[in-house]
Amino acid sequence: MAATLPPPRLLPSGDSAITVEFSRNIDDAANRRVLALDRAMAAEPVTGVTETVPTYRSLLVHYDPVLIDFDKLGEKILTLAQRPVPATTKTRRWRIPVVYGGEHGIDLEDVAKTLNTTPDEIVARHVAGDYRVAMIGFTPGWSYLSGLTDSLHMPRRQNPRLLTPAGTISIGGVQTGVQCLAGPSGWHLLGQTAVRTYQLHRDPIFLLEPGDNVTFTAVDAKTFAEQDRAAEAGEFIAEQIAS
Amino acid sequence: MSKLVIASIGPASSVQDGGRPGAQRYGLVPSGAMDRLALAAANTLAGNEPFTAAVEVGPFGARFTARGGAVRVALAGAPRNADIAGRAVASDTSATLADGETLTLGFARGGSFSYLAVEGGIAGEPMFGSLAVNARAGLGSPYPRPLQAGDELQTKVASGAPERRIELPAATDAPIRVVWGPQDDEFADETKNLLLDSEWKISATSDRMGYRLEGPVLRHLHGHNIVSDGTVNGSLQVPGNGQPIVLMRDRGTSGGYPKIAAVISADFGRFAQIPAGRAFRFRAVSMAEAQAEARKFAELLRTLPERLRAIESVDLNIDALHDANVAGHAVSAVDAGTWHAVSLADISGPD
Repeated sequence: MAATLPPPRLLPSGDSAITVEFSRNIDDAANRRVLALDRAMAAEPVTGVTETVPTYRSLLVHYDPVLIDFDKLGEKILTLAQRPVPATTKTRRWRIPVVYGGEHGIDLEDVAKTLNTTPDEIVARHVAGDYRVAMIGFTPGWSYLSGLTDSLHMPRRQNPRLLTPAGTISIGGVQTGVQCLAGPSGWHLLGQTAVRTYQLHRDPIFLLEPGDNVTFTAVDAKTFAEQDRAAEAGEFIAEQIAS
Repeated sequence: MSKLVIASIGPASSVQDGGRPGAQRYGLVPSGAMDRLALAAANTLAGNEPFTAAVEVGPFGARFTARGGAVRVALAGAPRNADIAGRAVASDTSATLADGETLTLGFARGGSFSYLAVEGGIAGEPMFGSLAVNARAGLGSPYPRPLQAGDELQTKVASGAPERRIELPAATDAPIRVVWGPQDDEFADETKNLLLDSEWKISATSDRMGYRLEGPVLRHLHGHNIVSDGTVNGSLQVPGNGQPIVLMRDRGTSGGYPKIAAVISADFGRFAQIPAGRAFRFRAVSMAEAQAEARKFAELLRTLPERLRAIESVDLNIDALHDANVAGHAVSAVDAGTWHAVSLADISGPD
C-alpha cells in the first residue's frame, strides 16, 4: 500500500514553514493523509519542528531554520508521509446540541427555499450527518467539518456578513462548521450551539481536535438557553460518546 | 512594586512579547511583537530576557508616569522624541523615571512601532506562556486588549544600575526580501515580475492582522478562491481585487486566498516598521539565502548583550543627539492619524 501513495508536494511558506500539500481540493482521502502525517510527526518529533497545523488538504509544518533547513526537513516529511494511512484510527466522538432556525439560525428558511424543501427537512439532513473535524482555523476553535450530505451543498452567500454570533452552526459549499467566537462569515446560518470549542479558564481550553468525530442533535430554544448558562460556567455541554 | 501608569496612549498600542506559538492547530495565532529585534533590544537594555513582555507603542505618542517607586525603562524601535520630565531620552538607551516622573513619547518618525521595556518585566498572568495581547481571542495580560489611558503596568522598583545604550546595525531601506510560494503557481510569470518590478505602499487601513498593499493589480491565473490552508507571518495573500495583503502577527491561522510569496523572517520586523504611504520594493531570494539570513538574524539576537555600552563612555556627539532627540523633526499628525483597523472579512474568513 505504501508504494502506491503519491508523494505530497512540498511548498515553501516563508523560510520557517513548509506546506505539505496532498490535494488542491477538499478531499476526504487527502485529509486522512494529512491527519496521519500530523500524528506521525507528533509520534516521531523532528528536531527544529515547532508546531504543525493540519488543514483539509495540507499540513503546515512550522520549523526553526536555525535548527533544520528546508531540504533536510522535506526529506524527513516525505519519508513520514509514505507511511501507510491507518484505515481506522481511534478518535473521539462528540454529540453537539444545536437550536435550529429562528433567531438562532436566520438562514434556515432561505436555505430550505433554495433547496426546494422544508426547514424541518434541512434540520433532519443536518442532524443525520456523521462529521469529522477536518481542520480548525482562522479564529480560535473555528471547526471545519467534512461529511456534509450532497443534498445540503450550496454556494456561499454573495455578501459575507461582517459579524455572526458565537456558537453559530453553518453550512458553506461542501462544508459545515462550528464557529466559536463572533466574527465574519459568508456561510449560511442554520443554528446555534451553547458548546464553546474555545473557552479560557476551562480545562481543556480547546474542546475539539482535528480528526475528532461530531454529530449534531436538535434542542429547543429553552434548552439552549439553559445550556448556554452552564457552558458559561465552564461545562462542556458537548457529550463525548463511545466511538 | 512600582508601576507605570498610562497617562495617555494612542490606538494600536499593546503589551507584546515573543508570542504564544503551539496552538495554531486550534486556530489560535501566536501574536507577539511586530518587530522582534526592537523588542529584544529594548529588553536587553532593561536587563531582561530578549522576549520579555514590553509595551508595543503604535505610531502615536504616549505618556507614562512612575508611581510607587522608580521605574527603569528602555526604548527601541521606531525613532521618536522622548523625554523624562523634560530630559531628552535617546532611542536605544535605558533611562530611569523617579517616582512621580512622566515619560513622554512623541509620534513615530520613519517607523511604526517602538518598544518600551521595563526592568523586571510587566507583571501579568501568562496564558500559553505569554502575555501578548490578542484582542480577538480575548488573550493578553494585564489587559486582554490594546492599552488605554488609566491602565497600570506593575513592575519592579528600579535597581539603580547604570544606564546603557545598545549599538544596533544601521537601518536600511533595502528591498524587502520574499520567497515564492506556496501558491505562486496561481500567478503568471509576468505577474510575479510585476510584484518585484513595482513600487508598493502600505495602506493606512492596516493593522496587526494585515498590511494592505497599494500598487499594480496582481491577476490570478485561476480565480482567487483556493481551499483554505495554513498561513505564516509575512504571507502575501492576493484577494479578488488583486491588491496583496501581507499577513502580520495577528493573522488568521488559515486563509482561502492564494499566497504568492512570503516576507523572509529576517526582514519581517523591518517590513512591519515601514510607515503607511512610504514607497518600498520587494526582492525575491532563494530558500538557501532566506535561511542563511534567518541564521544571521538569530545570531544577531543572541549577541545583543555584546552590543551594550555604558552611557558614560559615549563621546558626546551633539549632532547625533540633536538628530535623535531634539526639535526639528516635525511629524505630520495627518499621516500618523490614518491608522485604521482592517475589516476582518476582507482579509480572510471562513470559506
